[in-house]
Amino acid sequence: MEVSAEAKRIMVVALGKLYSSRTQRGGLRLHRSLLLTLVMKSARDIYHAAQTTTESMEEEREEQQPSEVKMTTEASGTQELQGPASLPHLAADADAQGDAQNQDDACLGGPPHHTRKRRGKATAEPDFLPCKKAKLDLVSLTNSSVKRN
Amino acid sequence: MGEDTDATLTLNHHGFLPDHNYVTEADIISTVEFNHTGELLATGDKGGRVVIFQREPESKSEPFSQGEYNVYSTFQSHEPEFDYLKSLEIEEKINKIRWLPQQNAAHFLLSTNDKTIKLWKVSERDKRPEGYNLKDEEGRIKDVSTVTSLQVPVLKPMDLMVEVSPRRVFANAHTYHINSISVNSDYETYMSADDLRINLWHLDITDRSFNIVDIKPANMEDLTEVITAAEFHPLHCNLFVYSSSKGTLRLCDMREAALCDKHSKLFEEPEDPSARSFFSEIISSVSDVKFSHSGRYLLTRDYLTAKVWDLNMESKPLETYQVHDYLRSKLCSLYENDCIFDKFECAWNGSDSVIMTGAYNNFFRMFDRNTKRDVTLEASRESSKPRAVLKPRRVCAAGGKRRKDDISVDSLDFTKKILHTAWHPNENIIAIAATNNLYIFQDKLNSEMH
Repeated sequence: MEVSAEAKRIMVVALGKLYSSRTQRGGLRLHRSLLLTLVMKSARDIYHAAQTTTESMEEEREEQQPSEVKMTTEASGTQELQGPASLPHLAADADAQGDAQNQDDACLGGPPHHTRKRRGKATAEPDFLPCKKAKLDLVSLTNSSVKRN
Repeated sequence: MGEDTDATLTLNHHGFLPDHNYVTEADIISTVEFNHTGELLATGDKGGRVVIFQREPESKSEPFSQGEYNVYSTFQSHEPEFDYLKSLEIEEKINKIRWLPQQNAAHFLLSTNDKTIKLWKVSERDKRPEGYNLKDEEGRIKDVSTVTSLQVPVLKPMDLMVEVSPRRVFANAHTYHINSISVNSDYETYMSADDLRINLWHLDITDRSFNIVDIKPANMEDLTEVITAAEFHPLHCNLFVYSSSKGTLRLCDMREAALCDKHSKLFEEPEDPSARSFFSEIISSVSDVKFSHSGRYLLTRDYLTAKVWDLNMESKPLETYQVHDYLRSKLCSLYENDCIFDKFECAWNGSDSVIMTGAYNNFFRMFDRNTKRDVTLEASRESSKPRAVLKPRRVCAAGGKRRKDDISVDSLDFTKKILHTAWHPNENIIAIAATNNLYIFQDKLNSEMH
């Protein structure tokens, strides 16, 4: 599905830009982060709308852990679909200093963090984040220790 | 104006570096501004420097050849700083320069980076006192016993020296990044705007400012829009306008309340639902807003268009000009290479009849509001020699009918962007910043504004 693939790509690019903007000289650019968040939100909503027909959704109400990547989106103020509350919130706060450590952890995704990781679609899908599915398949095949990316 | 340009635009080019592919980032020009008479032109760059150009007086022997601009002064306005509390580096890049109206022999300008605004005094010294009693010609202290008579020092002419000194530093008033400064018509106050707040300053007072707009939500997760530009009305000292990332403009009246969160007028064009895409929000964000000289109109720039608004009509713009609509189908690529976040500025000519804005490939566009004609011109060394006439350029959309010398959309160079342009307040002289090069074009045939 083209729309779905494009939406996914846009989300991945947005996440990449948001991550890299934290190390940018001059500090977090609020305007840019806001625009990226809006793009990601609309891409995410369209992606999910496309995915509901192909997969069953596993929705858990999980609170956002403080040690997770500190990104939140605003739920109001747009005309987009209102996603389920458990979906990841993403936004940048110029006041809050991004914890580079946590961000790296989220990217690498060691096993302890996986168990607390939200099971929302957006975080499971992006290619540069370790894919849960692949890990589970490997475990079932080889019965060996968890493979890290 | 128009395709068959009968106006002669000549080039007065100031290149800081040879034009090769690698550009020192510090030399990238980040702002351009004429002063109120057009005699001086200031540029700021990413390295925190300000360069001021002065127009040479017209030579009497050639009454029709107007003066060219030459370097008048260069100084370091801002240095990189480090905010230790937030572990943040503060860039020295000059975001904006605004001149104060001239009130005496000296010139004053405001320059700002992300966090600090500075007031600079630019003055000339062309005389030097000579004949001190206690010092000799080289400045060494004389042996008192050799002084047998007293003399009065006299002022003798010397080579012109331009002195620049910082008169005020307005710091620590902005949590977010400053995007605009604007001097009030009362010549006593000015405002500075960051992503979420606008502050009002008195030019003489540095330890205090008044917050006049605050759109920071109680919970940052509810943030939906930021302030992108702000400007005072050119004539009414109580009115100012600010633009938002949502594409709206708000006119505020400082007489209504101390905190102008509630707007007097809201200018917003309803979104066209058929044009909705992933990137609708990004491309509708207003990157620049400018009052017309008359104060009657507003000019705004978003990613693909420039719009003229009438202050008396809030429901939609008066005129919409397509700057580079051929990019509409390329938004995804422009998003990936970050170009979609570029912030283009816009400018009025002195008589408010023509508007100008930049684009990619070192192209810039001018739209004549009366004749409805528009022209695309290029600022590059290859295509313009001094005294040459600028040739209008054309971009043909992919698959469109192609004429000779047309450029196709796919061969546009997106690294060559003209974000900053300025128009002389009275004459047909424009300043175009193309990365690290400044181009000054003069219309010799039609020097007067129509």
